Amino acid sequence: MARWRPDMKESEATPERLWLRRRDFLKLGAAGALGLAGLGRAAAGEPSGAALPVARRVALAGGETPTPWDDVTSYNNFYELGTDKADPAQRAGTLRPRPWTVTVDGEVKRPLTLDVDALIKRFPPEERLYRMRCVEAWSMVIPWDGFPLGDLLRQVEPTSRARFVAFQTLLDPVQLPGQRRAVLDWPYVEGLRIDEATHPLTLLAVGLYGRVLPGQNGAPLRLVVPWKYGFKGVKSIVRITLTERQPPTSWSRLAPSEYGFYGNVDPEVDHPRWSQARERRIGEFLKRKTLPFNGYPEVAPLYAGLDPRKLY
Amino acid sequence: MNGPARRRWVKAAGWGLALAPLALLAADALGRRLGANPIEAVLNRLGFWTLTFLTLSLVPTPLHRWTGLAWPLALRRLLGVTAFAYAALHFTWYLGVDQFFDLRVVAADVVKRPFITVGFAALLLLLPLAVTSTDGWVRRLGFARWKALHRLAYGAALLGLVHFAWRVKADRLKPTLFAAAVAALLLLRLRRRPT
Repeated sequence: MARWRPDMKESEATPERLWLRRRDFLKLGAAGALGLAGLGRAAAGEPSGAALPVARRVALAGGETPTPWDDVTSYNNFYELGTDKADPAQRAGTLRPRPWTVTVDGEVKRPLTLDVDALIKRFPPEERLYRMRCVEAWSMVIPWDGFPLGDLLRQVEPTSRARFVAFQTLLDPVQLPGQRRAVLDWPYVEGLRIDEATHPLTLLAVGLYGRVLPGQNGAPLRLVVPWKYGFKGVKSIVRITLTERQPPTSWSRLAPSEYGFYGNVDPEVDHPRWSQARERRIGEFLKRKTLPFNGYPEVAPLYAGLDPRKLY
Repeated sequence: MNGPARRRWVKAAGWGLALAPLALLAADALGRRLGANPIEAVLNRLGFWTLTFLTLSLVPTPLHRWTGLAWPLALRRLLGVTAFAYAALHFTWYLGVDQFFDLRVVAADVVKRPFITVGFAALLLLLPLAVTSTDGWVRRLGFARWKALHRLAYGAALLGLVHFAWRVKADRLKPTLFAAAVAALLLLRLRRRPT
């Protein structure tokens, strides 16, 4: 493109047609970069597995495009099925998510033990498109199918002593062979404050993309808390216990200086070993800025008066 | 096979070994087998092969000492230079692709993140070794001094191990295996040939 000079002849100027297309050059560069980001993926596969009817769809990811099914189901942290991110998808065959019983107990008036399909019948799933931010600084946009955890908690009627909710993954080294090696202290446990647990954004997911949840994503039942790092999203849940005291959580038990109880996404609070200011959205080349509370500022009042540096 | 002919074969095999991981990486990239996060996958693989070749470069000396075989020594420099090449690719990928030349972030990482600081230090230790890896430099420095300088490779291997161990979140199996291999190879050097 020619640079403008006062003595320029009309013939030297960049033709308007080219001038109007000047940004295509940038787009071409961006496309090349995207191509690089897409090097790893085979032709996009359609969602598979048994269909899961959803009552309605709610997009809560600021108009962002969902991450393809293949990526959501092939790049997972589920150490019970192997510590490489490709492991869970390859090894999920050992996990038998049906039949599956879930127990809700502890500080409740009506404890409950229920088959997961009965649970789904009682709480018809809806689809929620959420951002998912991993503590390792990558992220996805995932259409989860599930129901608000608060709906379930209201049915069991928490007592006045219930202040926290503890979650537990299945402990079974046959179904979850990763538990044969003490990488973490098994079973995986997680926890929320009860006001976090009953927040309308907090979801118990039973599906993905309108399909029954695949094993590698935590079948048949997992927690999704979109403003927290992914490690809070405990998978393959067998027990939910309401407690008076703050329950232990797996990662903070392993490394208390690196992972706290809250795990709130905060670009200002670095992991001791790496920055949390930016993240790589799966499928994109350039890193994007991480948003406070992962872009869900409506939860901020839950933490009024608390020191954000202690909410990692 | 006579000496020089065997040396040629050994060198050819060494080059094949050095280039195989790159060929595999290219094949996986073209076949789209690098997973959902190919940028991270390439970065991790280049790091893995750096450590692997650093470890392999420590094998010829004790192997020669314990078996009396001469051909392993013909591979030593090749393995060391290959380790440097993968380290340089690993860093370049981190700088140019992973961080897309965001020099402020990279500088902050090198200063503030201990695992990146030690990884960068390992690369800096390897740099003079790569530069002086030619026959010309062996002559210029004299073999004794050249050899002393190239003991920096031990430091680079140890820093590389720390870099890997500090990067891992919970599963320390792979860093432990590398550490065991490097420790064994360094201990073998402390003892003279068995009698």
